[in-house]
This record gives sequence, structure tokens and C-alpha cells, in this order.
Amino acid sequence: MPFPAFPTGTVPRAASALLLTLAVATAAPAAARAEAAVLDQVFDAHEFTLDNGLQVVVIPDHRAPVVTQMVWYKVGAADEPPGKSGIAHLFEHLMFKGTEEIPPGEFSKIVARNGGSDNAFTAADYTAYFQNIAADRLDLVMRMEADRMANTRLDEQTVLTERDVVMEERLSRVANEPSALLGERVDLALWTVHPYRNPVIGWEHELATLSRDDAIAFYRQWYAPNNAVLIVAGDATVEQVRQLAQQHYGSIPRGPDFNRERVRDLPPPADSRVVMQHPRVSQASWSRQYVAPSYALGEPGEAYALQVLSEILGSGSTSRLYQELVVKGRVAVAAGSFYRATAVDFGTFGFYGTPAADRTPEDVEAAIDAEVERLLTDGVTAEEVELAKQRLKAGLVYARDSSQSAARTIGAALATGSTLDDVQAWPRRIAEVTPEQVMQVARKVLRGSQSATGVLLPQAPAAAAGGTVPPATAAGDRAG
Amino acid sequence: MSIRTTLRAAATGLGLLLVAVWPAQAIVEVQRVVSDQGIEAWLAEDHTLPIISLQFAFRGGSAQDPQERQGLANMVSGLLDEGAGELDSFAFQSRLQDLAIDLRFSASLDSFSGSLRTISDNREDAYELLHLALTQPRFDDEPVERIRSQILTGLRFDAQDANKVASEAWFEAAFPDHPYRKRVQGTAESVQAITAADLRDFAATRLNREDLVVGVAGDITPDELKQVLDRVFGGLPQSSPLAKVPDASPDFTGRTVAVEMDIPQTVAVFGHGGIPRDDPDFYAAYILNYILGGGGFSSRLMEEVREERGLAYSVYSYLYTLDHAALMIGGVATQRARFETSMEVIREEWRKMAAAGPTEGELADAKTYLTGAFPLRFSSTPAIAGILLSMQLDELPIDHLETRNAQVEAVTIDDVKRVAQRLLQPQNLLVVVVGKAAEEAAKDAAGTAAGGGSASN
Repeated sequence: MPFPAFPTGTVPRAASALLLTLAVATAAPAAARAEAAVLDQVFDAHEFTLDNGLQVVVIPDHRAPVVTQMVWYKVGAADEPPGKSGIAHLFEHLMFKGTEEIPPGEFSKIVARNGGSDNAFTAADYTAYFQNIAADRLDLVMRMEADRMANTRLDEQTVLTERDVVMEERLSRVANEPSALLGERVDLALWTVHPYRNPVIGWEHELATLSRDDAIAFYRQWYAPNNAVLIVAGDATVEQVRQLAQQHYGSIPRGPDFNRERVRDLPPPADSRVVMQHPRVSQASWSRQYVAPSYALGEPGEAYALQVLSEILGSGSTSRLYQELVVKGRVAVAAGSFYRATAVDFGTFGFYGTPAADRTPEDVEAAIDAEVERLLTDGVTAEEVELAKQRLKAGLVYARDSSQSAARTIGAALATGSTLDDVQAWPRRIAEVTPEQVMQVARKVLRGSQSATGVLLPQAPAAAAGGTVPPATAAGDRAG
Repeated sequence: MSIRTTLRAAATGLGLLLVAVWPAQAIVEVQRVVSDQGIEAWLAEDHTLPIISLQFAFRGGSAQDPQERQGLANMVSGLLDEGAGELDSFAFQSRLQDLAIDLRFSASLDSFSGSLRTISDNREDAYELLHLALTQPRFDDEPVERIRSQILTGLRFDAQDANKVASEAWFEAAFPDHPYRKRVQGTAESVQAITAADLRDFAATRLNREDLVVGVAGDITPDELKQVLDRVFGGLPQSSPLAKVPDASPDFTGRTVAVEMDIPQTVAVFGHGGIPRDDPDFYAAYILNYILGGGGFSSRLMEEVREERGLAYSVYSYLYTLDHAALMIGGVATQRARFETSMEVIREEWRKMAAAGPTEGELADAKTYLTGAFPLRFSSTPAIAGILLSMQLDELPIDHLETRNAQVEAVTIDDVKRVAQRLLQPQNLLVVVVGKAAEEAAKDAAGTAAGGGSASN
């Protein structure tokens, strides 16, 4: 899909039982795939804006009599006040706790009684709520979603009980998972002063102090029609949605103008390194992230050139990294690159590798460094760039096959400052990428030295008797 | 005047409305297609988008792996797309990626399956690549050793995952002498022991027409599909080499198993016998599970453990119906200090439901959800092909999609009460506890089996 819809770090309200019990290893970020030949537009999507500023996108798909409603708020963990990390996600949970019209705990039950399913998720840059339901229930869920945009009510006990739930969620997702614990430290090292440094679920000590007042202040500050995007995908027409949106959301007053200006001046570049030894790690791993341009930030075309670069370097089993490290060098059993372009501020470019049984993370790092050096010295060939562009565009039509994922892709883009035109123009912009642009942005990002490397190691036997707190070291010791 | 009244009306008047919304005809029309060579597939034809999804399975999965070669089916699934015919691994993978063809294989306890997705323009190449993968896989040394080391690495990752450890320990305890004890991914020793000859033998015999089941959806006509079936699967051997896996009747006696792991949050998996797919009370049990622990925020477990008490983020139950064993399994993750309380609450809900069953209101709500949400599963071309495949693996009739909601509607409160008494045995739950001081936690959890209710071992 053109715009990767689910950056890592998205925290859903509920995980499925299946995922928890039969959890397979989390895959690397899904590669973006698409194609221009058949379609000049990625999606069949239509947009309009209500007088109160609510942006509306309709993605008609009449193959089945079902519909998806999503409301995306342009607020996420990176918009939280200092010391209140976790409030965006906790508040997302609290949006299910009722209004004057809907009793506490009834929202999801009403959706279920109508044959629908619902959930929500929070990321650094956005928070989204959705229902999948029979098309003739669209009126009902639009009424309910509009109601909680303006009328959510909270009592003290509800907030405290839900805070306990989120504390348990943090234990499940982070404290029980060494790789997630390391991930938090790597983000701290990479983002230093930018709010992307905070985990979406919040730091434990801050989460523990969040109150009803914090939740209400956050709600009043950020939840308003002019800070939201409504997306309806499935068996509905533009006219029908226009009428229902006006009816249910139209009367909600516009909020103040919103300001998401965050610090964009990072400290002078440094390559940080975080090494965590953990008693529960039995398999070492290595990763590195670089601060990079995004769709929102950077020179025109850079985000597209970085997608081409990532395709060449590390997407799939025919990429440079996989072939050199896994197939030929046998240094690693897995290796690749990833790029996240969908962000209000900076994007992230990165590498990962899992060392082979007789090799170390340092071996993986040296091999990746060598490939980066080869790239920066010898460049990419015109043929590689053409092939990468062709592959990125080859399966574009798949993006239309699921109206739920179409809604997610468009929602994430619009919530982070892109336009619908940007999404639709994706194949053309990929087609325009030149080898020179690829190398220019490669030098900018990979030579920029704004990076953080994470190394996860099994506990050395001698140190195993130590305390229960996993030791980690972080240092910006290779300052550039 | 207020939306409350309308919402309430909508929430209560639903059963009838939904019957009107989802009439007796199916969401998709399913056709039986039989090729000239006699290969059968079920097809949902839809030419809206130029996409074709072909999914298939061979009955008999990892449970049929030789004891000393556990993980064989899984390893084959990682290697069929790593070179076939004249194409080595790189050439094969390049063709897939250049043409946006998704081809993947996987193994489970009961079957070995594959999934092909292609855009219509590239379908001829897609069928040819699939045909090659099934009939002429190369199993070259380099990919064999590469995939082997990836599987071994995966096993090391799994060993540090509390949920995975809990689930494996549960199956080992539940099936001490049955093939379902086997691990789909194998063990470090068994994966090391697998040879190229084992892999070739598997491909040459286990991928056969007798064990084959096929589901197809998207931009393809029945006539085209007939030819595709012969072209892709026609070269496979005719008959199955497999002996039948015996039916398992695990003895659940309320045992608890402790696995020590230094983690801040204790993870538990619990369960006992479930209900076979062909049991007349299957949908009664399905509804029962939805109300008890399957229905997310509408379930009793979620309400009591999470919403009321904030004890856990995740608590659930599900019916797990294998070909030769029926299970009902649940799970919870909570701080060690709250673990005993959580298990007590869960057992109490098990007891209450066994004793009294659900309320009429709960039954009505479950029906409107389960019937109304059924069409939501048909969310993409591969999802539809997958449903047609599952229907055949479960040996359901071809008109199942038309009758399924009526079967849910037909369940009465007495049916659910009867099946609740039959299935739910809180005193017999096999509980696996993974965490700190797991032995003690297991004792606490066992203690909750006797406390508070009439039942005990």
C-alpha cells in the first residue's frame, strides 16, 4: 500500500485472543507495493468538508452490504503535555465510557448488538476510532461517534479503573517484552528532545499519576470537528454520507484553530548506541534507526526516493541486504531495511538484522555498514531504480481490495498533513524518482549521523546473578 | 428527542431488522467447479477488481510429522517458494516480486496450506510458478540451510515469549500421548535432523490430489478455473500416503502446571474439552463461548475481569476445534499479586454459566452480533477464498453460507443451558501459569478451583 498505514508503535484498545495465544513473530513492516499501469488513481475516493471544519472522505465499494466508519483525530502521543505521557492513549480508552445518551460501557455493546465490531488505536501522531457494520447501520454508528466527539462524560472511578487496565496493558506489551523495553530506550536516544521520544502507552511513572482532570483537559483541547477526519468506506454513496455527516456531525461547534508545532530542531547530530542485556533474551538482535524526511518534512520527492532506496536495499529476499548478509555472507538469518514516511514531523529510516547462530550483532552491524558504504561509494544503477519502481507499483490494485485498509491508509495520511491528492498521486511520484534523487537522499540520511542503534543480547552468565533491572547503557559517544 | 430513545430502540428491536438486512441468500454465490481430471474447487466469482485469489490445503499437517522430524511440514512450507524447476531461489523470488504475485505456504497441526494472489494480467505466470513450486521444488542446499537457520532462530525467539511458552506447555500437558503434542515448528533437535531427502519425500507424497481442497475467489470464470486446476494440480500423485490420526480424548482433571519465568506480568492459559464441529450443539456452544469469553467487550469475562475490576488488559476464551480433538481454551495476563483474584473471578464466571446459563437478553444480543457480523468476514478477495477453503476443510455443505445464520438463530436458551452444563467444568480446567514464583501461583490458582463453589476434584 502506498502510505504504510500502521507504523510500529500503534497501540490498539484490545488485542485479539488469537494474536495473543498463537502469536507468530511480528513481521518486518509490510513493504509498500503498488502499480500505475492499470489505475491513474490509487483509490476511488471522494472528499468534502463540513462548515465546522470536519473533513470527510468517502470510499465507495458496493461488493458487500457492509461499511466501515473511521474518525481520525489529529492528536497523538506526540501532542501530550510534558509529564503526561500516555494521556492520549488512556483517553482513547475513556472514549468508550459513555455520554449523557450512552451509559458507561455500552458503546461497544450497542455496536455488537447491531452486528458490528469496533475498536480504536493511538499512535504518536493520531488517534482513530472505527466500526465495521452492516451498511444500513451507518446512521446509527455515525450518530454514536458524533455524540462522543462532543459529549463524553467521565467519573473519577472509571478513569482510575481504566488506568489500571492500561498499566496491565503496559506490562503485557512492554515490561514482558525485552525487545519493547529496548525499543523505548532506542527512541529516547534517537529523538532526544522531540516528543517522539515518549512511548505511546506512556512511561509507567507518568501513567500512574494521570487523572480525570488530565483526561478532560486533553479532550477539551483536541477533540473537535475541525481537528478530525471522517472516513466512510464500503457500501455507501457520497450523497448518502454527505447527508448523514451533516445531520450528525454538522451541529457540533468548530473548536479553536489547532497548533501541532513541535520542536523541529534536534540537537547536533550524534550516533547513539543502546545495548541491553536481558536475562530473558535467548536470541540476540540488532537494529538502527535514522532521523529522515517524511511526507510532511523535507524536500519535495525525498519521501518517494527513500521508498525506492529501501526497496533496493532491504525489501524482501532479493534485496541487497538479504542477498549479501543472509544468502551469501551467512552473517544473519534475517536482514532488511524499513522506512516510515507517514508522520507529522520526522520520518524514520532504518536497518535490522538477526545474527546467525555463530555470529554476533557486531558482525551484522559491520556487514550492514559495509553495504551502506558500498551504496554511498558506488551508488545505485538506473536498472535497479527502474526495477524497484516497477515492483513498488506492481500490485497497486490490491490497495482497493479491502475497504478497511483503504480507510486506514487514507486516514493515516490525512491525519499527518498529507492530502487526498498526495495519496492518489503516489504512483506518479514514485515514477518520477531518479537515481540521482535516490543517492542524494541516501547521503543526506545515512551520512547525517542522526541515528540510534539498538543491540539486544542474552544476559552474560556471570552477570545473571545481578539485580532484576535489566542493565542498559546509552551514549551519544560517536558525536558527529 | 434525544438520541437515547432511538439508540435504545435500535438496540432492542434488532433481531427482526437484521433478518431483513441479511436475507436467506448468501453474501457470495458459491459454485462447485470440477475439472476434466476430476479436481474440485469451490469458487466465488467476482469481476469487480482484476484480482484472483486461489487458496488450497492438503489435509494432514504437522501432526503427521515423524516424531523425530517434528517441524517437517513447516520447513517444507518455507522452501517451496525457494526455487523450482529451472528457477533457483533468486530467480523464483524475483519473478514473484516483479509481477506482484503473492505466494505463501504454511503448516498447521491438521493441514498443509498454500495461498496464491495475483493481478489478472499476471495470472498465467502465477499459475506456472505455483505449478512449479508444487511439482518441481528444488530444495537446493543454500535455501535449505538458510530456512533451517531461520526456523531455529524463530524457536529461540519463541522460548522468550511467555504467551508462546504457556500455549506450548498447555498442549504438552493436554496431549501427553497424542500427535497434537507435536510442535508445528519442531524442536531444535528435530529441525536439525531433517534432511533434503525428507523434504523431497514430503513434497512427492504429501502434496497429492486425494488430500487436496481448493477455494477460489475473484476475477476468474468456472471454465477458466477448470483449466487452471488441471494445469496446477493435475500433475500431483493421485492418492494419499497418510494413515489417519487417532481421535484424542484428553483427560482434563483440573491439573495446574507451573513454568518459572522472570517476567513482571503472569501469563496463564487454561482450558478443557470443547465441542466437535459436526456436533448438533456446535452453534449453541459457539454462542455460549461468545457470551462467556469470546465476545470482546460484550463478554462476561471481559466485563468482570477488565471493565469492573481493572485486573487485566486481556482476558478471553475461544473454541478450538481440531480434526481429532475439540478444545475450549482461555487466557489472562495480570500482575502476580492480582493473579489469584483474576483466576477466582474467571472460575466463578465458569461456574455461574455452567449452573444457570446465559440470560434471554444475552442470547438475543449474541445472535444479533453473530449473524450481523458474519458478512464482515468477507472483507477482501483472499478472505473470501479462505472462507471457501475452511468450509471444505470443516466438511460443511456448499450452501453453508446460506444456512449458517439460520442455524445461529435456531439456538434456544435451553440449548445453551444444556451445552453449558455439558462443556463448562471449572474444576477440570487445565491451567498453565508462566511467571515469577509460578509454583505458588499455580497452587493459588488450583485453590480457586475448590473455593466458592460446590464442585471440586
